[in-house]
Amino acid sequence: MVLATGMAQETQSLAFWVLAVLAVAAALGMVLARRAVHCAVLLAVVMLSLAVLYAMLGAPFLAFVQVIVYTGAVLMLFLFVVMIVGVNSADSVVETIRGQRVAAILVGIGMLTLLCLIIGNAAIGPAAPAGAGYSSGNLQGLATLIFTTYVFPFEVTSALLITAALGAMVLAHRERTGPKPTQRELARQRVLSGRPTPLPGPGTYARHNAVDMPALLPDGSPSTLSVSPVIARRIELGTGEFPAPPSETLTSGEVVPSDAEGEHPSDDDEHEGARW
Amino acid sequence: MVSPAHFVALSVILFVIGAVGVLARRNAIIIFMCVELMLNAVNLAFVAFARLHGNLNGQVIAFFVMVIAAAEVVVGLAILTSIFRARKSASVDDANLLKY
Repeated sequence: MVLATGMAQETQSLAFWVLAVLAVAAALGMVLARRAVHCAVLLAVVMLSLAVLYAMLGAPFLAFVQVIVYTGAVLMLFLFVVMIVGVNSADSVVETIRGQRVAAILVGIGMLTLLCLIIGNAAIGPAAPAGAGYSSGNLQGLATLIFTTYVFPFEVTSALLITAALGAMVLAHRERTGPKPTQRELARQRVLSGRPTPLPGPGTYARHNAVDMPALLPDGSPSTLSVSPVIARRIELGTGEFPAPPSETLTSGEVVPSDAEGEHPSDDDEHEGARW
Repeated sequence: MVSPAHFVALSVILFVIGAVGVLARRNAIIIFMCVELMLNAVNLAFVAFARLHGNLNGQVIAFFVMVIAAAEVVVGLAILTSIFRARKSASVDDANLLKY
């Protein structure tokens, strides 16, 4: 019995240290990562680690809510908005306030020192003997508390949720300012645009039939029109396999073939404008 | 043996990392993610203190924090998309019409 308890404690402390290191590393990576998508994935790692830590602390309901609501819903919403907003938005690397990052790090160190002093002085003892809500009735215990002691905040929360949903709909709604173009106008516009046919598909006559391979024109030159601008930009930044096309769409001149992301941060900076 | 103090210390570290991110980053979406990290850190502290006291009140508060964070994210991201639609940028430096 004693041996089993010791084993359980060892397992618990091992799990805690692994998850703590993982969570802190992922959080640091999130603050340092350039692209918003990488940040979102690293935030998912932090949230999943925290879910396991909740389960270790005797909160299985919160662990599941963390996975379902935070990682499942909130983070997916983040990813959707990153796809709408962040993928193409190039932010400047210029600091608008001089020395802002250094000041932020100094403030962080100060805050960490202060909070560590506070919790160091607080003498947080060992956990109290687990009450009734910690055995098998965690969900029942939470439900009892929510619907008795915390019933008024719970009702207020429902009002908040309705307001938030309404606000999101109002804010995200786009009012049509002009009349909807008719099919006749669209057809006329299309003929007048100089390209009445659809854009060429990617991969035609190329060696690979993939979306990132530009179609080859009859004279063998790649057609930049066949690749989505976002993907073309990523190829230009990444492996450099995309041959520099003599085209008007890419005006940046020479395409610098950089081997991999992260190895040449300065190249990335010049091309993309890191998302600081 | 892992005591609640360990969890509180981890929560402090995560909170500070999130705060530094909010102060240092310029992309509004990433700032939002750092705010979420701070909320998560506070939740961890709540759950750890609930375990420390042996009752469930802290867990209920953490649950409410989660609900409110979800609502906040929905409204915040809606504001972000509408700003992006108007100004074609997700940087917090470009939303400066009220500055002067």
